[in-house]
Amino acid sequence: MSDTSVDAEEVRHVATLARVDLDDAEVEEFAAQFADILTYFDALDEVPAVDDEAELVNVMRPDEVRESLSQEEALSNAAEAEDGFFKGPKVS
Amino acid sequence: MAADLNIFVTEETVESDADGPLSGKTVAVKDNISTEGLRTTCGSAMLDDYVPPYDATVVKRLKDAGATIVGKANMDEFGMGSTTETSAFGATKNPVDPERVPGGSSGGSAAAVAAGEADLALGTDTGGSVRNPAAFCGVVGIKPTYGLVSRYGLVAYANSLEQIGPFAPTVAEAAELLDVIAGPDAKDATTRDEGVNSDYAGAADGDVDGLTVGVPTELVEGADDRVVEAFEAALSELEAQGAETTEVSLESVGHAVQAYYVIAMSEASSNLARFDGVRYGTSASEASGGSEGERSEFSGESGGYEGNWNESFARAREEGFGAEVKRRILLGTYALSAGYHDKYYKKAQDARAWVAQDFDAAFEAVDVLASPTMPVLPPRLGESLDDPLQLYLTDANTVPVNLANLPAISVPAGEADGLPVGLQLIGPKFGEETIIRTASAVEN
Repeated sequence: MSDTSVDAEEVRHVATLARVDLDDAEVEEFAAQFADILTYFDALDEVPAVDDEAELVNVMRPDEVRESLSQEEALSNAAEAEDGFFKGPKVS
Repeated sequence: MAADLNIFVTEETVESDADGPLSGKTVAVKDNISTEGLRTTCGSAMLDDYVPPYDATVVKRLKDAGATIVGKANMDEFGMGSTTETSAFGATKNPVDPERVPGGSSGGSAAAVAAGEADLALGTDTGGSVRNPAAFCGVVGIKPTYGLVSRYGLVAYANSLEQIGPFAPTVAEAAELLDVIAGPDAKDATTRDEGVNSDYAGAADGDVDGLTVGVPTELVEGADDRVVEAFEAALSELEAQGAETTEVSLESVGHAVQAYYVIAMSEASSNLARFDGVRYGTSASEASGGSEGERSEFSGESGGYEGNWNESFARAREEGFGAEVKRRILLGTYALSAGYHDKYYKKAQDARAWVAQDFDAAFEAVDVLASPTMPVLPPRLGESLDDPLQLYLTDANTVPVNLANLPAISVPAGEADGLPVGLQLIGPKFGEETIIRTASAVEN
């Protein structure tokens, strides 16, 4: 297990980072499962260093105005909209 | 029958006026591929009432080819699962044996073809999600080379791994559907030119005389004996038609499953951050069960929601996502977090490069690689859900292909105990014609 033990507090911390609320039962269940899964992932330590020479090219297009969704279409799935804007919660 | 097997999340027919190669053909579309005006849920409560205002490129190409869309096929939530049991809309059943899973995550698409509910179907394959259900349902499924098919309009889960792919009863029909959807797309900068004017259907000629088929020992060793027996019978059949088989070793694949899940979960944690309940998806006010009237009461105070952004965001995601999705978002967030990035994510990328090199070396000696698609027969519904780690291991034969961005096909290779067994054929990058040709010989 070494450094991959995961306790409930750590699951809660990661859940906060990921912006996912969890109930207590989920926290307990995930803590147990994460210990197993992360121990399994530890096998990646055995992977040798590999030269990764990916052939990458940038794909660019001209920056031109094109047809797009209308404002109405873009807002069509929002729970709340007002005056052509998305309406969201307070930021802080 | 469709209702009994829970194949479709949304059953609605969209006809096309166009005259093309798919005129008269019906197609089921996996529910994570955007269809204009037709609900697209990704199998999630989060997108229960999401109606895309535009078509995915592949859907536009289906319509231009004259196809009739007959519904949105059920799937593991956001493509996360190997059995189509994690859908918020209930599990799909395998048409071959309704007590068993159809495989996942494109289980609804495979089942639609197997049950005759559609002539053809589109699925998506991130770690085997087309090949796995094709094998379990006894149909043909193709995972194209990364970049052959546009992902524009596909709701992203792990975008460096996933490709949209076809299902059909036969290799030639699957290849014909691939011909329709393949090719570059100005809306997806990761697409390549190789699919232009393709004739994959024409490659399904069954001619394997002189072809060299490599069998990676690592992908056969752990499989169920009954699966191996059917697999070897299919190989003998290829030999009888003039192919030569030889054992090869892919040392790296022993680490492919770990690398795959670390990368897929990391990408998922980022991609699914868009579901905040503001622009689309379940909002916190809906999630907490508020009625229309109660919601508008809040709106005077805090923009329609109680609490601040982070709180309402976290609450919407608690309500909208199922357990497997949360599990992967959290593990992905963990793998990318300070102190663990080098240990998990960076090592997973090393493993990915190693797998790609291993395949490249193998293809210097052989034309195509063959393995069982799935190491097991389709499990019974509910049998495999309790232990996520065991479930992840069933993807051992399919995930290396996604890590290396290669094409692969699953073709029916007989039965064991009355259940379908799939043969997987893997080709070099853009070697679709070779795997289609070989698979068509397996059908003979």
